[in-house]
Amino acid sequence: MSPVRIKDNWREHRIFARRIGFFIALMVIAAIAVFSRLYYLQVIRQHYYETLSVANGVRTVPIPAARGLIVDRNGQVLAMNRPTFDLELTPDEVPDLRGSLLRLARLHLVHAHSIPRLIRAIKSHLRFDPVPIRLQLTQAEVARFAVRRYEFPGINISPQQSRWYPLRNLGVFAIGYVGPISASELRHVNPAAYAGTALFGKTGVEAVYQNVLHGTNGYRQVLVNALGREVRRPGVLARHLHEKPPIPGDDLILSLNLKIQRLAEKLLKGRDGAIVALNPWNGNVIALASSPTFDPNLFVRGISEKQYLALVNNPDMPLFDRALRSQLPIGSTIKPAIALGAITDGVINPKKRIYAGPDWHLPGSDHLFHNAAHEVCGWVGMSMSIIMSCDVYFYRVAYKMGVDRIGAWLPNFGFGRPTGIDLPGEESGLVPTPAWMAKHYPHDYGWYPGDTVILGIGQGAFMATPIQLAHYTAILATRGLSFRPRLVTGVRNPLTGKIHWKRPVLDGNLTMIKPSAWKLVIKAMHGVATNPRGTAYWDMINATYPIAAKTGTAQLTREEANGDYDKAATPEKLRDDSWFIAFAPVPKPRIAVAVLVEHAGWGAAAAGPDTMKILNAYLLGPNGKLLPATPRARYSLPRDIKPRATAGVDPRLTALERAAEP
Amino acid sequence: MIRQTIATESSARRRLTGAARVLFTLKLDGPLTVGLALTAAYGLLVLFSASGGNVRLLIGTLVRLALGTGVMLALARLSPNTLRRAAPWLYGVGILLLLAVAAFGHVYLGAKRWLDLGPVEFQPSELIKIAVPMMCAWYLHDRALPPRWGDLAVLAAIILLPVALVIKEPDLGTAALIGAAGAVVIFLAGLRMRVVIGVLLLAIAAFAFGLRYMHGYQRARLLTFLNPQAHPLSTGYHIIQSQIAVGSGGIFGKGWMAGSQARLDFLPERTTDFIFAVIGEEFGLLGLAVLLLLFAFVIGRSLYLALQCPDTFSRLLGGALAVTFFIYVFINAGMVTGLVPVVGVPLPLVSYGGSSIVTELSGFGILMSLFSHRKLMG
Repeated sequence: MSPVRIKDNWREHRIFARRIGFFIALMVIAAIAVFSRLYYLQVIRQHYYETLSVANGVRTVPIPAARGLIVDRNGQVLAMNRPTFDLELTPDEVPDLRGSLLRLARLHLVHAHSIPRLIRAIKSHLRFDPVPIRLQLTQAEVARFAVRRYEFPGINISPQQSRWYPLRNLGVFAIGYVGPISASELRHVNPAAYAGTALFGKTGVEAVYQNVLHGTNGYRQVLVNALGREVRRPGVLARHLHEKPPIPGDDLILSLNLKIQRLAEKLLKGRDGAIVALNPWNGNVIALASSPTFDPNLFVRGISEKQYLALVNNPDMPLFDRALRSQLPIGSTIKPAIALGAITDGVINPKKRIYAGPDWHLPGSDHLFHNAAHEVCGWVGMSMSIIMSCDVYFYRVAYKMGVDRIGAWLPNFGFGRPTGIDLPGEESGLVPTPAWMAKHYPHDYGWYPGDTVILGIGQGAFMATPIQLAHYTAILATRGLSFRPRLVTGVRNPLTGKIHWKRPVLDGNLTMIKPSAWKLVIKAMHGVATNPRGTAYWDMINATYPIAAKTGTAQLTREEANGDYDKAATPEKLRDDSWFIAFAPVPKPRIAVAVLVEHAGWGAAAAGPDTMKILNAYLLGPNGKLLPATPRARYSLPRDIKPRATAGVDPRLTALERAAEP
Repeated sequence: MIRQTIATESSARRRLTGAARVLFTLKLDGPLTVGLALTAAYGLLVLFSASGGNVRLLIGTLVRLALGTGVMLALARLSPNTLRRAAPWLYGVGILLLLAVAAFGHVYLGAKRWLDLGPVEFQPSELIKIAVPMMCAWYLHDRALPPRWGDLAVLAAIILLPVALVIKEPDLGTAALIGAAGAVVIFLAGLRMRVVIGVLLLAIAAFAFGLRYMHGYQRARLLTFLNPQAHPLSTGYHIIQSQIAVGSGGIFGKGWMAGSQARLDFLPERTTDFIFAVIGEEFGLLGLAVLLLLFAFVIGRSLYLALQCPDTFSRLLGGALAVTFFIYVFINAGMVTGLVPVVGVPLPLVSYGGSSIVTELSGFGILMSLFSHRKLMG
């Protein structure tokens, strides 16, 4: 039993005061804790939390840079950017999704059968983010939507930058095209630099100069709230928002001469073939045509499956760039190269005449090699053999040279390897050698002397592309200078207007060939066009300036090789390919041309007249007179003014070229 | 000249005397009233910004402040004896209301906390926050202190009955605060330190055990407090965003109405439980220091008033009210800055909503009554 306790107010008060003191101590500790914590958060870590707070509310929206333009030498625009209009839907602002889409379908702006798919796509987006529901509206569709705009809250027309090739098919294999950027392409570039970019160069200079054309994307920062919705009026919070304008991509200036390009494509229309024209003194591509062609605009926003299959299944293969990728025997156009090699190596005396009958007997074998159409050349030297394109003479030359010499000479003229033109996908052609034969046909009987013999007239396993042939022609025209073919001559900064001109690249100089050999061969090629016995005499009879030329007829069947060839009886696919090379005017050539018309028969017959038209168009003025060579034509590229077309030699000459100009 | 000075002095004295007379008549304590008014005014300023300039919300708070002031004035005028006699009744009514909530309360946000009384929704746990310390003080008033084991058993029953009812709602945070208010009374009554320490250890053990039987969200809150980065977008979101808000404010803050965390909705519950973070973001460390100094002044003055009280009931109740107020401030500030787990405790006098402002001002009304009537006691 505890004793009865008396309430002691004084003692209680003392205890109470002590306990209050205890609490005050506790409060001081708590205050220290809170202030330490605040000091840590607001002073020590202030910068860190400041960063997090900005990152919370600021969203960076990329602004894609305008892609550089592609223009021709006169400033004519070949590839440009143009606004297109997409239909965008913001789910949060559309009161009746299905109803709105059905009404759009009634206006023929979306397909009724695509509505369920669209609804699924829309539902998979953030409610505040606009979803594109229709790409690239036509003008009529924009107008149709605009008048009913009030019926469609939350659906807007959104302008986008897209690529447009105003000349459509013209020069498509040089310019190329862009298409929607693919995942594999994104892996090869810095994804940050491509944020917001939709298009990527797929072929042509669009692909090769993708980095130049792309520019530098900018960005704009917008304020978003916790739900991700943009705050339209940020007020005082806007001070954190930065903006970096995009830097447009550089413009490309192509060497293409549109007049010649247009003519080349017109000449090839309806036929399979290619025309390549080069300025021999710098490698500038004057024209690069392959036929048939296609419209690159189809590919910009993704081609439809139907359209794509139509292009792919076309037996004439319009997507196939014949100028760079068609590897074919080049027939007699090879003869100047063989002649130069044989003379330089001293294998034959070019002046010495030999009798060339309808065929030639390979020593030590009973095999006969025929002249084309069993023609009899008679007593001919090197010069006349080139003029008449005498196969029998060149069988002998090739036989005497041997495969090793020929295999060593042909690469000097650019055969057997890509020319290095600034376009993708170039083939290298083929200069066959015994080693190549052993490697690729190990079960065959190896290299025959007969293989060497037909190599002398550009037949057999030998293959070259039209660009290689044009390059070779340019080497002949400059007497040994091998300029690398190129399309892009300058890169223009669109902001400053400054143009960076690229220097021509000289890949080789055939100094081992004596001037006398050049003189003989070029004179003979001139004879091809002027001698009544020349294979191109009738094509070039109206020429008002000296032309050097060579025809070629590449035979595709055994019957042809035997000379028993009836064009009418042979299916088109197996008929001869017609080749023609030429450069003019002869002492100081300004243009070198190679023309291929597939399955067209004699080179002189099909490709010759086309070549003549190209040369005339390039070299003759409106009065029919040879244009004066203009070593220093003015060259400026105002975006809006197209200067008068400059004809003749490209004005941006190197010292080397200037020396060659009259 | 001299006469003039005397005249000025006497007039000043007269004015002071006038203000004092008004306060005396209203039974208010001057410094405490000024402290509360400044704190409430500061709160209104912040609330306006936190709500994004919502005038309606501001008016709602002004109405509550007016209501609370009315109750405070009324309670201040009552004599401590009346209050003491009313304590058991108040407690009884509070318990009955809690039972009523359990029976047919209004479910809001998954918890039954509200009683729908026609136009007014009333949270009985607010009443019990005051009723429990009053009841404990009432029980100890006549008894010799420090309390003995038998007294402790009775007090434990007084405290744990409402605590259990509030836990059932479920509102763990409020239950803990009610329990704390009762415990503070017992502690102030002079419970021996070794008993205090023993009970604390027991409480920790019970807590560890209770963790296993907690509601999912309660356990999640605790575990999140220990590692907020583990769930940055779900349960850790409140803590992370409030720390970003406070931290990004720096020393001087981003300026009134210019806190991006609050204005862009990243800060959750920014007008209620997390308004402390809005102050930290917009007014910085200095703004928070001002607020905490105001609170320190209010608490300090309250403790001073409690110390002046002559009788046991007044002392214990006054001390408990002051200490409870401190606990609210500390838990809210600690929660927002990441010192303590997220529990739904509003910042006294500043947070918007509920009936908490009325309760808080009632508490201060009682405190002033206990102090201002002290001379009437024998």
